[in-house]
Amino acid sequence: MFIIVAISVILFSIGNEKINESLTGGLFWVVIFFTAMSGLSRAFVSEEERGTTLTLQLIASPTVVFTGKLLFNLILVFCMNTVIALLYSAMFESFVLKNFGLFLATFILGNIGLAVASTIIAAIISKAGAKGTLYPVLSFPILLPLILTSVQLTLFAFDGTSFETAKFELAIVVGYDVIITTASYMLFDFIWKD
Amino acid sequence: MKSITWKIFLYLLLVFVSVAGITFPIVEKPVAWYEFPFIPGLEENAKIIFFHVPTAWLTVIAFLMSSFFSFKYLRRKNLDDDAKAYASAQLGMIFCILATVTGAVWAKFAWGSYWSWDPRQTSIFALLLIYGALFALRSSIESEEKRATLSAVYSLIAFVTVPFFIFIMPRIMKGLHPGSADDTNAGPVVDFKMNSSMQLIFFLSLIGFTILYFWMWKVGYKSIIYRDKLNKQLITPDISGQGG
Repeated sequence: MFIIVAISVILFSIGNEKINESLTGGLFWVVIFFTAMSGLSRAFVSEEERGTTLTLQLIASPTVVFTGKLLFNLILVFCMNTVIALLYSAMFESFVLKNFGLFLATFILGNIGLAVASTIIAAIISKAGAKGTLYPVLSFPILLPLILTSVQLTLFAFDGTSFETAKFELAIVVGYDVIITTASYMLFDFIWKD
Repeated sequence: MKSITWKIFLYLLLVFVSVAGITFPIVEKPVAWYEFPFIPGLEENAKIIFFHVPTAWLTVIAFLMSSFFSFKYLRRKNLDDDAKAYASAQLGMIFCILATVTGAVWAKFAWGSYWSWDPRQTSIFALLLIYGALFALRSSIESEEKRATLSAVYSLIAFVTVPFFIFIMPRIMKGLHPGSADDTNAGPVVDFKMNSSMQLIFFLSLIGFTILYFWMWKVGYKSIIYRDKLNKQLITPDISGQGG
């Protein structure tokens, strides 16, 4: 629902103007970021609200819990962003991918990073008092390198740049994914155990 | 007695650096020891380097110290470590703002506008956001242990992603700041364009500001620790009759 609202707001505000490729790439990741911000914080907050955290703490180890929540968020992110990508390619004329493989790689790697980072931030948020407003504040600086590089890579995909030219940016996204996954698994124990 | 000597030394050092950095003339061909060389493209603006670089350097140092003590807190669960991390983050925020402002002023005169989303500016902006988020997180949690743990975890997560901003991104992206990918100078300005007197003042300034940081940090975390102790005494007065 949020996706449709966001995309239609963008479409209305553009009107009949033709927007160029770089703007489309940027707007694409803007919608992805805000959709993630609205949806992904639910993972741990719902446990706290229903009071089921204690049971989970008793029956499962922190790693298992985190893996489960991460899988849930990964599936959610992939579903949402596939819908966004499909809608974008249907609605925007300038959303033409000259290098589809590069876009797919960016899309998958970016989604993994987004899911991991938002899961660990959601865990922090669920333990802190204020829930709704703090989430984007905490997530944005962590996600910024990922989003900036992804926007760059999406533009490369529009231009039809080869993998060879974009390999440095791809390496950054891969490195980000690895680092954030490792750090999340190591630090989740401390959040989970009170 | 020893700390007094340090403070006087620091005072003299910073006074010397400030006065020297601002008043020493920039000339075409420096002869006297107090004359700075003329650097093309920087001209008189070069003087702000004595204040901009140390603040930016301390922003990173403070962040490093904050993460180090966050890590230590998670290992040992000692609230003093959390106070140290917090004091360091507070100072880091101040120096981060100073670095951003001095950088923006310098950018106005060297590049033509206060803010142009140069990769360096993006990275310092992200650091500013991280510090801000850290304080927002801290202020929203009541319980002391929980606050310490969660902010330690957050600052460590930020710490592993921050190298992307400070060290990798500005160097691979094209930008105006020295050290960018398309920098024709092929190296920092410090190495070859400064003469010895300029380098001397520059490194004295770095040392002076670093000592200042450590001093302020020590005062900061001690005051936080004492405040927490006093608060605890007020809540649960001990047997000897203090507090209450």
